[in-house]
Amino acid sequence: MLTYIARRLLVAIPTLLALIVVSFLLMEFAPGSPFATERGVPAEVLANLEREYGLDRSLIERMGIYVWNVVTQFDFGPSFVFTDRSVNELIAQGFPVTLTYGVWSFIVAVLVGVTLGAFAAIKHNSALDYAAVGITVGAQVLPNFVMAPILVLIFTLWLGWLPGGGWQGGQIEYVILPVIALSTSYMASIARITRSSMLETLNAGYVRTARAKGLPMRRVIFRHALKPAMLPVVSYLGPAFVGMITGSVVIDVFFSTGGIGQFFVNSALARDYSVILGITILFGALTIFFNLLVDVAYAWIDPKIRY
Amino acid sequence: MLRRTLLSMTSVAALGLGGPLLAADVPDDVTLADEQTFSYRMLDQFPTLDPQLNEETAGSHVIQQLFEGLMIQDDEGNLIPGVATGYEANEDNTEFTFTLREDARWSNGDSVTAQDFVYAWQRAATPATASPYAWYVELTGMENAAEIIAGNAEPDTLGVEAVDERTLRVTLTEPKPYFPAMTSYATLSPVHQATVEEFGDDWTDPENMVSNGAYVLEDVSLNEFWRASKNPEYWDAENVVIEEITGYIINDSSQALTRWEAGEFDLLEPIPAGSFPRLKEEYPDAAYSTPRLCSYYYQLNQRDDAPEALKDVKVRKALSYAVDREIITDRVLQGGQTPGYTFTHEATAGFEAPTIDYSGWTQAERDEAAQQLWEEAGSPELDLTLIYNTDESHRQIATIISQMWKQKLGVEVTLENMEWSTYLDVRKAGNFDVARSAWCGDYNEPSTFLNILKTDQEQNDGKWSNTEFDALMDQAATSDNPQAQYTEAEMILSNDMGIIPIYHYANVFMLDPTLQGFPMQNVENSWYVKDFYRVAEE
Repeated sequence: MLTYIARRLLVAIPTLLALIVVSFLLMEFAPGSPFATERGVPAEVLANLEREYGLDRSLIERMGIYVWNVVTQFDFGPSFVFTDRSVNELIAQGFPVTLTYGVWSFIVAVLVGVTLGAFAAIKHNSALDYAAVGITVGAQVLPNFVMAPILVLIFTLWLGWLPGGGWQGGQIEYVILPVIALSTSYMASIARITRSSMLETLNAGYVRTARAKGLPMRRVIFRHALKPAMLPVVSYLGPAFVGMITGSVVIDVFFSTGGIGQFFVNSALARDYSVILGITILFGALTIFFNLLVDVAYAWIDPKIRY
Repeated sequence: MLRRTLLSMTSVAALGLGGPLLAADVPDDVTLADEQTFSYRMLDQFPTLDPQLNEETAGSHVIQQLFEGLMIQDDEGNLIPGVATGYEANEDNTEFTFTLREDARWSNGDSVTAQDFVYAWQRAATPATASPYAWYVELTGMENAAEIIAGNAEPDTLGVEAVDERTLRVTLTEPKPYFPAMTSYATLSPVHQATVEEFGDDWTDPENMVSNGAYVLEDVSLNEFWRASKNPEYWDAENVVIEEITGYIINDSSQALTRWEAGEFDLLEPIPAGSFPRLKEEYPDAAYSTPRLCSYYYQLNQRDDAPEALKDVKVRKALSYAVDREIITDRVLQGGQTPGYTFTHEATAGFEAPTIDYSGWTQAERDEAAQQLWEEAGSPELDLTLIYNTDESHRQIATIISQMWKQKLGVEVTLENMEWSTYLDVRKAGNFDVARSAWCGDYNEPSTFLNILKTDQEQNDGKWSNTEFDALMDQAATSDNPQAQYTEAEMILSNDMGIIPIYHYANVFMLDPTLQGFPMQNVENSWYVKDFYRVAEE
């Protein structure tokens, strides 16, 4: 197992390097420049700017310097747009915000989703099942960019219970709406996957045997059915977790949270090269890490899986 | 900024000597609210609060509250003394001597001296700072500015010197009677040398920043909000009423409107396109529309590789006449924007618009004239590419205009939208037939518009060129009273239809009725919170 993890981590290095190279190339070929304005920047001013940010060097040189700084000093360079800040500072500000509402959304989505899905399966074809299916279908077809304004309309404008945006260091009243808006569709997916997988497991031979030998239903479900039923859910949770903690642009834009999703999109639009790269690498590393975690979790859940 | 009409020495000298100017001018009969705060919505995060590095509006609004330049603006946009009490100019307006007020202080208690301005201005120009706004120093015409930016002269050769602690002398290479007005812009704000040198890039962090304006920075949370509080060291602090400013960054305009309606902040600008009539009805004392010095227009490509037909003035005129501007202002935008027949915004100070013939016609008459001109031009078969940057109202306008052209003239139009950076690139390279464009005045004077249509101008991406027009604008630059030249230049522009003017902007905003002192007459949308006050709700 340990060698497997070590091997996977080693493979991550060339993967991340390839990510850097591809990102560099894509940015090189994208039209536009971080310094472009409608007014137009005089040539000598542009030259000063390009020298300051090293854009007067060749692509290979820039890539080399970049990788060297990242590897040796963990330095992702200065932002081209936020002139008095570095990429590290921007990530340090935005990522904790996203991580906070992401983790909360994850907890909510898993707890509600699994419970709803499991109950629906256990009470198959009952009113409860239909209600659960109805809720999940509803939640699925309401994407967060529709959810967010509806929530603000209800809880901020009509009821006046919660602020319509902002973060204020993560005070609870500022976290609630983003978490609801972000978790809803994940919750729906988790509930649907749990339900169908649970149905399958409940009909499996060993569950029937367990019930036949007279075990109480509760014990059958928790001891025998739930764990194997979780396998497909877990494989969904890995990417879903990365998706939630790397931030949703919609959530960040709608709720002005200051999270990292907005930095990512703004930097792409403004051609803030170093910020795009920094965040891409961060997201890449997180994706690799959590996919590994999912694979390890597999082995724990299903003893038949061995690496 | 550059206000020729105001720049006679006497007017400024009189302001300087005419007794103390109050920051917030609170009438005696109002009851002030207990809590004096002001909050507003910002569309985007400002990239920096370093006055010399800033290059956009969101940042200059904030810098204007935190730093004070030599001269500032009053609520009508007139130039009034800031750190300077006044100035003297030499005979030919190439040398200006500013006198600084005795009681101007930094937020740490230090005196604001002439040397602080010298340091800041040299800092803006020097290549080591790599300021994207270095060109502004060049624009002021200060001696050696261009050479310093190009790296061919030392920063200390810049045409500005501290004669003594309270006297600043500026030397220009050419006459610029409006130079004092340029000192009100963020780039020429002073900065505290010791602070900048001690903290480097981090000097703009709230815990490090030392500023000399009416407010000091308290907090910045990127993409969320910024906050400032009253600066007790400010020379006019006793007349500053608002204690705290908060700016909330809210990207989405309908979300911003919902939050304004929920009472989360005072000022919302701009409001979603088309929502003004409803808001005016629902909140009659909070919805405003005032002129804003920007013009919306379409550039027609005149380059060698552009369609031949576009080089025919009859075709250009027909395309322009066929645009029903009132549909755009009254049905699409609905926020008090006005149809544009001149490039210069009609609210520009001192602008006397010429009588543009087709502005007085009915749309039916214009359509008839358009069709006639089109036939005279040989009814060309045209398939035009119209580019615009991604935005809902640009898309609506482009769709409507392309329909008008198709129905009235049989012109096929392909719409291409692209995000801002790409759009700038494509426009600059001339890969378009028609390009949506807009220009906002840098200062309240017609030349800020007309100059960008001169042949050699960077912003003239359509490359329309008219020697008579160029000559008039050159004459205007050195004339004492250039209004006649401006009127004539607009006439030439209209007769040659170098661009298609579409509409003139309005500043459409919501403002909490308890907040008073907002400069409704300032067409440049420039405001100082030190002039505001909040009255108690009745």
